[in-house]
Amino acid sequence: MIRTGKPPLLEILLLIMWLVVNQSLELHHWLLGLLFALPIGRLVRTLRPRTARVRRLNLALILCWHVFCDVVRSNFAVGRIILGTVRQQPKVGFLDIPLEIRDPHGLAALSIIITATPGTVFAGHDPDSNVLTLHVLDLQDEATWLHTIKHRYERPLMEIFE
Amino acid sequence: MNIVPMSPWLALPAAILLIAGGLLALIGSLGLLRLNSFYARIHAPTMGNTLGAGCVLIASMLTSSAAAGRPVIHELLITVFLLITSPVTTMLLMRAAVFRSETGRDRQGEEAS
Repeated sequence: MIRTGKPPLLEILLLIMWLVVNQSLELHHWLLGLLFALPIGRLVRTLRPRTARVRRLNLALILCWHVFCDVVRSNFAVGRIILGTVRQQPKVGFLDIPLEIRDPHGLAALSIIITATPGTVFAGHDPDSNVLTLHVLDLQDEATWLHTIKHRYERPLMEIFE
Repeated sequence: MNIVPMSPWLALPAAILLIAGGLLALIGSLGLLRLNSFYARIHAPTMGNTLGAGCVLIASMLTSSAAAGRPVIHELLITVFLLITSPVTTMLLMRAAVFRSETGRDRQGEEAS
């Protein structure tokens, strides 16, 4: 194994997953988990040599909490829209957001956050201009969406991944 | 499966969570029926995927922990995998819809955007 300064995140996560699936902390499960995690980690590294480095774990936890709150809130917002469609259909629309984040892992995390939140879907990203296209179910206030994506999600992701 | 009598302090929150999760998934699916364009409909099932599934999984953790007599947390893995995989299909559908309305082959998509 090539020694880089980075912690082997993938192997650690695979090992944790193995232990959780087996619901056991016994020694033979640690050994089996390592037997499973190490070759897979090496295989994946040959497929994708670029590894993510995660700094500032506390920021990542705060971001997770923010995302959780937003998911809960927008579940209720989307529910209200669906139940209210007898009167009127929501105003759907696309929104272009210029980004500053460049790290591919940060972008992937951003796209997952956006798509996992009900009411917004990641609709495309232009790597040349670094512009994100967002699709919003109820597009009332463009400035607020822009502000949310830029400050609530993009800024912490840049600090975590870059 | 052997039935273990559960304390009402565990059974009640689990039941409430199950009902809430079921309602959220139902409203999300109702959106498929009620919303009139593809671009609006794509947002609806996310409700069942996120909070709906979350409620059901927390209820599952409560009941199986009570049944096994120790904390059972491997439902968390389901949440994690649901969260990182379901956006992939949503994005694929979205990209396909955008592509179709760009090439002008789908009149419905154009009307929607």
